[in-house]
Amino acid sequence: MNDRNYIIIGLVVFFALLTFPVWYNLGSASSAPEVVLTEKAKEAKICIEDADFMRREHMQILNNWRDKVVREDKRTYSGKDGKEYDVSLSNTCMDCHSNKADFCDKCHTYTAVDPYCWDCHTYPEVTK
Amino acid sequence: MNVHYLYSLLAVIILGLIAYAGSEGAGLTWLFGLVIPYVALLIFIVGFANRVWGWAKSPVPFRIPTTAGQQKSLDWIKSSSIDNPSSTPGVIMRMALEIFLFRSLFRNSRVEISGDRLSYKWVIWLWLFAILFHYSFLVVVIRHMRFFLEPIPFVILMIDKVDSIFQVGSPVVYQSGVVLFAAATVLLLRRVFVPKVNYISRAADYFPLFLIIGIAFTGIVMRYFAKVDVVGAKELAMGLVTFSPGIPDASIGGIFYAHLFLVCVLLAYIPFSKLMHMGGIFLSPTRNLANNSRAKRHVNPWNNPVKVHTYEEYEDDFRDKMIEAGLPVEKE
Repeated sequence: MNDRNYIIIGLVVFFALLTFPVWYNLGSASSAPEVVLTEKAKEAKICIEDADFMRREHMQILNNWRDKVVREDKRTYSGKDGKEYDVSLSNTCMDCHSNKADFCDKCHTYTAVDPYCWDCHTYPEVTK
Repeated sequence: MNVHYLYSLLAVIILGLIAYAGSEGAGLTWLFGLVIPYVALLIFIVGFANRVWGWAKSPVPFRIPTTAGQQKSLDWIKSSSIDNPSSTPGVIMRMALEIFLFRSLFRNSRVEISGDRLSYKWVIWLWLFAILFHYSFLVVVIRHMRFFLEPIPFVILMIDKVDSIFQVGSPVVYQSGVVLFAAATVLLLRRVFVPKVNYISRAADYFPLFLIIGIAFTGIVMRYFAKVDVVGAKELAMGLVTFSPGIPDASIGGIFYAHLFLVCVLLAYIPFSKLMHMGGIFLSPTRNLANNSRAKRHVNPWNNPVKVHTYEEYEDDFRDKMIEAGLPVEKE
């Protein structure tokens, strides 16, 4: 029956859509982004927590920090090792990680994350 | 009482635990991250094509559409061109409304005896939660393309942005994920608590629901609560779609493998289950055929040739005798 041709066309279109990522990425070898640490960050060796924890939880920490500062006026954070830090994105985080383009943006762009930190905060390159 | 949903729930939990323990405890990340996704996709494609091909081969010699409105007849009788389509445009319209808006679910009604009368009530809930579920699932799937495409196309970024437009928390909450989880849960509770639906529900109805709820649950957990390494997840996904599979050095997290494994189970399960309605809806003869039986003659193509002896031939054989006996004849 002539309907079979339509059905085959439909199947082909469906499978083409399903495997779209394969066609789209064809020929482009992609590798995971490597963040660049500034000299200051390298020297410090450790962030406010260990690197693995920071990689997973930094967004939550920043969100809690914002709430703590803006709503409760609590401006000190004590890390796991008991060391105290000033709760501030611009002054604490970006003191070491002053290279937004090579540090923050690398992974954020790779995974389509667009944090709204920069709606209010400026980054060092601009303030300098 | 219904044991079917308990078995289904147990099955999904055990599947999730197998992947979690297998990747975290036994170190089988290569199995759950690389081998099983390919196998699942292969089963899906071959199984899906096979199923649809089976339907394509099934003969539908006659027009059997559901006639939910006035058929086209005389010019001065108003016909229902969508509910009882007589032409291809009408059929296309009917199919589009069915596929995009779930029109037949929208007309769901409930029979009740109120007082001493039989009443039919229009019930919208099934349609509402079904459409919420399907569209949020679609958005979730499209959103996941950010893990499979590099560079990420603008459309995907836009959908991502709109989906998280309320900027709740960090990582920002996606509405589609919440709606998907909630709507699937409501559809499940419907099967558990509405007695008539419960009575006709079997494990094959509960299992896919639990599976999808499990996928949504693990996804939500690993985004907002027990976080995983997102960059590692994308690295793995990109490896899969560029056919250069590899497990990233840093551990992604067991819950990621549980999520991925449940998705693989869903993919491999689709061709053998009622979830094939994603293909079947296009091939429903009661929807996709025009009701033109009165305007056009449809002959069963595999009818055996039958030797017939028409009245004209009969008359030719016996004309003289018929005239002699005084019987009327058509040809003198």
